[in-house]
Amino acid sequence: MTNITDLTLTELVNKIKKKEVSSREITNAYVNRSEKSKKLNTYITDNFENALKKASDFDNNPNYEKKLPGIPIAVKDLFCTKDVKTTAGSKILNNFIPTYESTVTENLWKEGSILLGKLNCDEFAMGSSNETSFFGNVQSPIGKNLVPGGSSGGSASALAAKLTPATIGTDTGGSIRQPASFTGTVGLKPTYGACSRYGIVAFASSLDQAGPMTGNVKDCSLLFDVMCSYDIKDSTSVNFKRKNYFKELNNSIKGKKIGIPKEYRVDGMSKEIEDLWQKGINIIKDSGAEVIDISLPNTKYALPAYYIVAPAEASSNLARYDGVKYGFRSEGKNLIEMYENTRSKGFGDEVKRRIMIGTYVLSSGYYDAYYLKAQKVRKLIKNDFDEVYKKVDAILTPSTPSSAFTIGEKSNDPVSMYLNDIFTVPINLAGLPAISIPGGHDSKGYPLGLQIIGKTFDEQNIINIAYAMENQINFKNQIKDWWI
Amino acid sequence: MDLVSKDQNKYSIKRENNEYEVVIGLEVHAQVLSESKLFSTSSTKFGAEPNTQVSLVDAAFPGMLPVINEFCIKQAVKTGIGLNAKINKKSIFDRKNYFYADLPQGYQISQYKNPIVGEGTVILDLPDGEKSIGIERLHLEQDAGKSIHDIDPQNTFVDLNRSGVALMEIVSKPDLRSLEEVNLYIKKLRSIMKYLGTCDGNMQEGSLRADVNISVRKKGDKDLGTRCEIKNVNSIKFMQMAIDYEANRQVDILEEGGKIDQETRLFDTKKNETRSMRSKEDAHDYRYFPDPDLLPLEFTDEFINELKKNIPELPDEKKKRFIEKFKLSPYEANILVSDIDTSKYFEAVIKKSDIKLSTNWITGELFALLNEKNLEISKSPISALNLSKLINLIKDGTISGKIAKSVFEIMAVGDADPQKIIEEKGLKQQSDPKELEKIVDKVINENQDKVKEFKLGKDKLFGFFVGQVMKISGGKANPQLVNDILKKKLK
Repeated sequence: MTNITDLTLTELVNKIKKKEVSSREITNAYVNRSEKSKKLNTYITDNFENALKKASDFDNNPNYEKKLPGIPIAVKDLFCTKDVKTTAGSKILNNFIPTYESTVTENLWKEGSILLGKLNCDEFAMGSSNETSFFGNVQSPIGKNLVPGGSSGGSASALAAKLTPATIGTDTGGSIRQPASFTGTVGLKPTYGACSRYGIVAFASSLDQAGPMTGNVKDCSLLFDVMCSYDIKDSTSVNFKRKNYFKELNNSIKGKKIGIPKEYRVDGMSKEIEDLWQKGINIIKDSGAEVIDISLPNTKYALPAYYIVAPAEASSNLARYDGVKYGFRSEGKNLIEMYENTRSKGFGDEVKRRIMIGTYVLSSGYYDAYYLKAQKVRKLIKNDFDEVYKKVDAILTPSTPSSAFTIGEKSNDPVSMYLNDIFTVPINLAGLPAISIPGGHDSKGYPLGLQIIGKTFDEQNIINIAYAMENQINFKNQIKDWWI
Repeated sequence: MDLVSKDQNKYSIKRENNEYEVVIGLEVHAQVLSESKLFSTSSTKFGAEPNTQVSLVDAAFPGMLPVINEFCIKQAVKTGIGLNAKINKKSIFDRKNYFYADLPQGYQISQYKNPIVGEGTVILDLPDGEKSIGIERLHLEQDAGKSIHDIDPQNTFVDLNRSGVALMEIVSKPDLRSLEEVNLYIKKLRSIMKYLGTCDGNMQEGSLRADVNISVRKKGDKDLGTRCEIKNVNSIKFMQMAIDYEANRQVDILEEGGKIDQETRLFDTKKNETRSMRSKEDAHDYRYFPDPDLLPLEFTDEFINELKKNIPELPDEKKKRFIEKFKLSPYEANILVSDIDTSKYFEAVIKKSDIKLSTNWITGELFALLNEKNLEISKSPISALNLSKLINLIKDGTISGKIAKSVFEIMAVGDADPQKIIEEKGLKQQSDPKELEKIVDKVINENQDKVKEFKLGKDKLFGFFVGQVMKISGGKANPQLVNDILKKKLK
């Protein structure tokens, strides 16, 4: 029999339903492999003991009607999990144990899934390499000293290294899709409002979305199906008619119109990325879909607008970490000094940088020039998409401008780091869904991702296109377990 | 300082050569009458043990999100309607960012550029007529928690029970000119909100507080002077004291050739003075921006009209009706409509009784009784029904007004039926002319000397005879009849 950890999520679900394998056996397999993979530094907090106990409970009293029966899943440490430490990758929450559960994780447990552990991420999801985490950087299973991407770096690494059969991340500017691209995995950023933000440590409220990260598109459809729900506890959750994304999965791409935006052909784009994109275009054509050249003229303003809006919201969202109520506190002679000590010592450099940027752009006298203008740009970007969606059903772009870089390579150059998000941030600004699937490898053998962007709440369509393309691309991750 | 001795309608501050006008605007913070908070389901009940009415949202735990309480929104719209104000069909919740230990989120959710309610008016009834005070806006916001500094010498304690409670900030235009106008304005606002059931107006429990903006200018000047804001004053008396102190302080500065600094000040109720809290330069930069956790509030016309339909008759309309329908004087009408419970009581009494007598008894005896016992009319020891019965007994001559007062006193103890009291105590008025004539004859016979004096022109003695008759009758003699008979017999 093949290794349990080599099976896909849907294969595991089928096997458990056929009683060919128990939840205990599956959980044990992932726990063992995770125990052997500490070098990757993917876990901030493991829940192994408890997971094994829950797996046994499931086996003793199984319910095969569930969508994820007895399946262990590790999640990004940005989701609040009841009675399990939740840090957001920050020192300021390094002792925080929620008494409540995020809606998205609650949806997983309701469908029979079991929490395996909490995965490393950039501090408060601010970063593109998982190097800003207070709990240390994460190694990518793709290669030694390679970043897994960020901010959902621990999730991507654990998934690619098969320490969890699937995982969930959050995506504010590319934090699911970029690490998926770097690790040869599938990541979906749903439409803003599709998945509840309740119980997710907030970074930038108007951009944050939770989404599935899986080994393949079929698994993605299953996990998204479970995660996605309308939630009255999140006022920005949208009550639209959700599909059964897993059941309605098919590979029909024929006749669909796919847009290729010329503005994504950025200056200095590598030949490898060009080739990857062309490969995707050819597959689409060969599958009987129509390729249409389109223009999204305001794309170039997306990154600067993003780096105003996201820090602005973050500067306010992170004000609650003040040492008064929970989390880390560093004492002071008075209240102000306690604030200063707590926040100076509790936050890392990248978080402080963004709090300062955000505070600056919201300040009186600067608000109109920065925040208000960025919001106007955001509207223009949304209009660009609305306009092209009159002509096309979806859009194909590369997920990232490069493959994974090495640890330390960009950590002292924030702007170069921010440029990594150039293809992903416009989608968050417009609130649209987008999926990244592995498209191939670069000359070094590192994975490269393709991004399919959809219309609002049209996840089914991009999942189906991705499913069809995945079949043609036939990507295989070349991971050699170098860390074990 | 003596507030009463001033000519309150023409409040001004006089110095040797100059007379100054005081310009006042109020920002009233009124707690929305609601079972639960603005963005969470926690209770708002006053007086609970500290930190027992706090949800994860109120304490700003990671990942917690505000969800608008629709009831509070309706309350604010109703209040806007009561202030004759424009209801904004689209309004936005903003974050007001600042750090304080009792502000768990590190920001207060408020409304900045797009409030729920726009311009309106409040009518004040002044002795020389009505005055209209402009309302600039009404917006919704969360209250902060409470910092308690006096439990421990080293530490401050925080109670988050109030954190997240819904407040309406009602901002007036700088239209107020005197301490009395401030008094009437606050009372009128409170009255309107109590009529609407949108705020209980309880100042002791902090349901109604105000920031006071004050400037002074020389009489006749058109431009407004530089204003100072006095924060968080929680009674009308303190507002008046603070205004009087602050206005005089500003005048003193101007008289010495100085300039007023725009600043925020605090009123020290013990020392009766205001002192600087922070200057304009030190003013917080609140970095307002729309709260991304909340969608803009948008109303349809139907939503607003539905609320309009259910607005009760408000004090101004009621006053008009009382004057027209019941022929009350504006003064009487004002007194009776200023409090919704009083107006309800009044209307219950007059349903079955004479209006004029009812008005006098309610504004006279009943008010005195309530005042003495420090009771709200809703807790009146005498029910409207029994007061109405008492008034009917006066009206039909069963008892005199004087006896009625005694009966009233008995009623005040146990809200008994006045008819029963009269029967039990035998207080029924003696209105049989023959019986009364006997008493009158007796009095005349026994006081022949006084009769002589009276006939010689000492008119004042008439009262003596009446008194004697009443005394013998045990106060029960019908005074009108006694008068008539005496006049006839003493001719």
